[in-house]
Amino acid sequence: MAAWVNPLRDPQDRRLPRIAGPCGMVLFGVTGDLSRKKVMPAVYDLANRGLLPPGFSLVGFARRDWAHEDFAQVVHDSVKEHSRTEFREEVWRQLAEGFRFVPGTFDDDQAFNQLRRTVEELDEVRGTSGNHAFYLAIPPGFFGAVVGQLKKHGLAQPAEGSWRRVVVEKPFGHDEESARELNETLASVFPSGSIFRIDHYLGKETVQNILATRFANAMFEPIWNANYVDHVQITMAEDIGIGGRAGYYDGIGAARDVIQNHLLQLMSLVAMEEPTSFDAESLRIEKLKLLQSITLPRRLDLTTARGQYAAGWQGGEKVVGFLEEEGVRRTSHTETYAAITLHVDNRRWAGVPFYLRTGKRLGRRVTEVAVVFKPAPHLPFTRAATEELTHNALVIRVQPDEGMTLRFGSKVPGTQMEIRDVNMDFAYGGSFTESSAEAYERLILDVLLGDPPLFPRHSEVERSWQILDPILDHWAAKGKPDAYESGTWGPPSAEAILARDGRSWRRP
Amino acid sequence: MIELIDTNAGGIAAEFVASRLRAGSPAMSMVMTLVVVVDEEGSDDAMQVARQASHEHPARVLGVILGDARGTSQINAQVGTGAGWTGETALIRLQGEVVKHAESVVLPLLLPDSPVAIWWPADPPEDPASDPLGSLAQRRITDAASASRGKTKAIHLQCASYHPGNSDLAWTRITPWRALLAAALDQQPLKVTGGSVTAERISPSAELLTAWLADRLKVRFERKGSNGPGITEVRLDTKEGPIVISRRDGRLATFSSPDRPDRPVALKRRQLPELLAEELRRLDEDDVYAATARKLMKLQRS
Repeated sequence: MAAWVNPLRDPQDRRLPRIAGPCGMVLFGVTGDLSRKKVMPAVYDLANRGLLPPGFSLVGFARRDWAHEDFAQVVHDSVKEHSRTEFREEVWRQLAEGFRFVPGTFDDDQAFNQLRRTVEELDEVRGTSGNHAFYLAIPPGFFGAVVGQLKKHGLAQPAEGSWRRVVVEKPFGHDEESARELNETLASVFPSGSIFRIDHYLGKETVQNILATRFANAMFEPIWNANYVDHVQITMAEDIGIGGRAGYYDGIGAARDVIQNHLLQLMSLVAMEEPTSFDAESLRIEKLKLLQSITLPRRLDLTTARGQYAAGWQGGEKVVGFLEEEGVRRTSHTETYAAITLHVDNRRWAGVPFYLRTGKRLGRRVTEVAVVFKPAPHLPFTRAATEELTHNALVIRVQPDEGMTLRFGSKVPGTQMEIRDVNMDFAYGGSFTESSAEAYERLILDVLLGDPPLFPRHSEVERSWQILDPILDHWAAKGKPDAYESGTWGPPSAEAILARDGRSWRRP
Repeated sequence: MIELIDTNAGGIAAEFVASRLRAGSPAMSMVMTLVVVVDEEGSDDAMQVARQASHEHPARVLGVILGDARGTSQINAQVGTGAGWTGETALIRLQGEVVKHAESVVLPLLLPDSPVAIWWPADPPEDPASDPLGSLAQRRITDAASASRGKTKAIHLQCASYHPGNSDLAWTRITPWRALLAAALDQQPLKVTGGSVTAERISPSAELLTAWLADRLKVRFERKGSNGPGITEVRLDTKEGPIVISRRDGRLATFSSPDRPDRPVALKRRQLPELLAEELRRLDEDDVYAATARKLMKLQRS
């Protein structure tokens, strides 16, 4: 018998949004920042846009003595404060009918028994049809306990024709070894296709636009290689310090927190070959291939740098140094700034260094990818005329102020021939409006639809750690990171990396 | 806003450049031109809607007010950038003979080599594609529900003169309904044997929804009347029982289907800026609307 085709669906009918099938979500760690600031508001926004199925249910699990109403109140407050779309009573009512709360600890068999009964009850009264996603918004140390309990109480096993999925957030381990253990823990309970790792960067419009820019246009791809590209700079800068996250951050540091996942994923999208199609598998193959061709420079002491922010002034506010932050050990060697150099050993990129940097308490909050081109082979102008001309560059601005900048030389108006750098800007309005979905919304919807192109697979995670581990080991053997004043663009040692190659960091 | 009295297309174009320079940002990153054909009373509201839609689609918005076609020609314009607009805007008032040649004013003001959409917030021409202004655009957006005369027939007129690129906001309005109905059959793959659409007596959207369902499902759909607001109920009959989505208050609907508990679904009637933004998202031909328009014509004849 041929597969049933829904007569109301038509591939030509692109107005119809994808609505997830009947399902529910179980949220562990409901009191954490992630749940309250991101997950709950995203669920509401999805409902507000009409993208959640009728009967969608949200179950909270935490060590709190709460009734369902208390949980609903927590979600209500978080939605009111953080949702992007307008608060509408009728949407709220629709959602709130599906809220349940199960109190308990992760080792409490009775609580997980109750969770199973709750999920079954939802299938009965809300029509969630046995489809449930388990969102682990908890520290990775507890993953093992929770998925073990899910397995023990038959929650991980989908009935015929339904699904069970697990969603985890970074950090995906702190080195290759721990990442593998973490994966084994998850994989012992859920098949790899049911494990969704959220890297919220990959849900951003501009990140997806990297692929559109590269592969939908004729004018960029021909120069997207070592013949024309001098080097690539990938920056993720934050103006804030570690805030209240000392417990998490101390001992982890900037490289593990940001480079391993966000920056290496960005780099693989910028540098990978064209995938055969845009399905999850083809993308994963190309990303992994790129990650596998990444090599480290021989001299890590000359090509990497790390720093720790010292007290100073950031954006007009006096701020304390990392070592004075509450909860940080006074002798901590954790870096809050990391810059590394990577090479890609393939035909396209041989000889083109990729400089990746990230840091806290830097000049301003910005994430961008800058592809910097080689100078023109010959300039038929006097040296004085082109003094202000540097390299052409294409900059993909990921956040904030999403868009693209093209930098090239232009004549300065006047009677003399003088050429200087100018910037051409493109910003697509859509990414700032309420009507475009936020990264978390997009990713949660993809989890519910079971659509995995935007989620890093385990092989990518493991390979990323293989790249980073030697650098982390090198740093661990070297003692203290360099101090840099808050509000500046990092330690002098980072400038030195590029200066050795006759280059300099962009001021983003 | 700069007032230009007794000007022409060149004067308006020069003012666009001048106001960009004055704003200190000579670059433009607009993705399309949106022409809005309005009358004097409706112009404030319509430009307000276009302004909100321009946040999603940065556009040069040209509001055109067609005045009295008798007498000497005069063109007055208000040109501006900024102040809540992501692109540029001009509200152009035409009077006298030039009213019959409005396209000669608009043509030089279209952004080079980028798409053009046109929107008639109220009374559209009977055949938008052959309208002199309409023929400049590849997307022609009408709104049968806001027709001031011949309300009952307005959507039929638009469907009869359908031409690739035409679209009506009555069609845009039912996207959430269609999405929900499609999702209903995703969840329960049942064979639909018939059904009905219940709505206000005059509701272009309900006519289109009936035609769409009949066209896709190849069965007869009944059109029933109610007091509204808008569409109040859609019923799909199946052997296992009916799938019913009913909405009495224009906001919250109840979704019931065979062997499943009834569930509330938010199904809010959307405002014009949202509708317009959805229309501008895709500028190629809407094949499904085309098929629905054909079906509506066929249903009317039979």
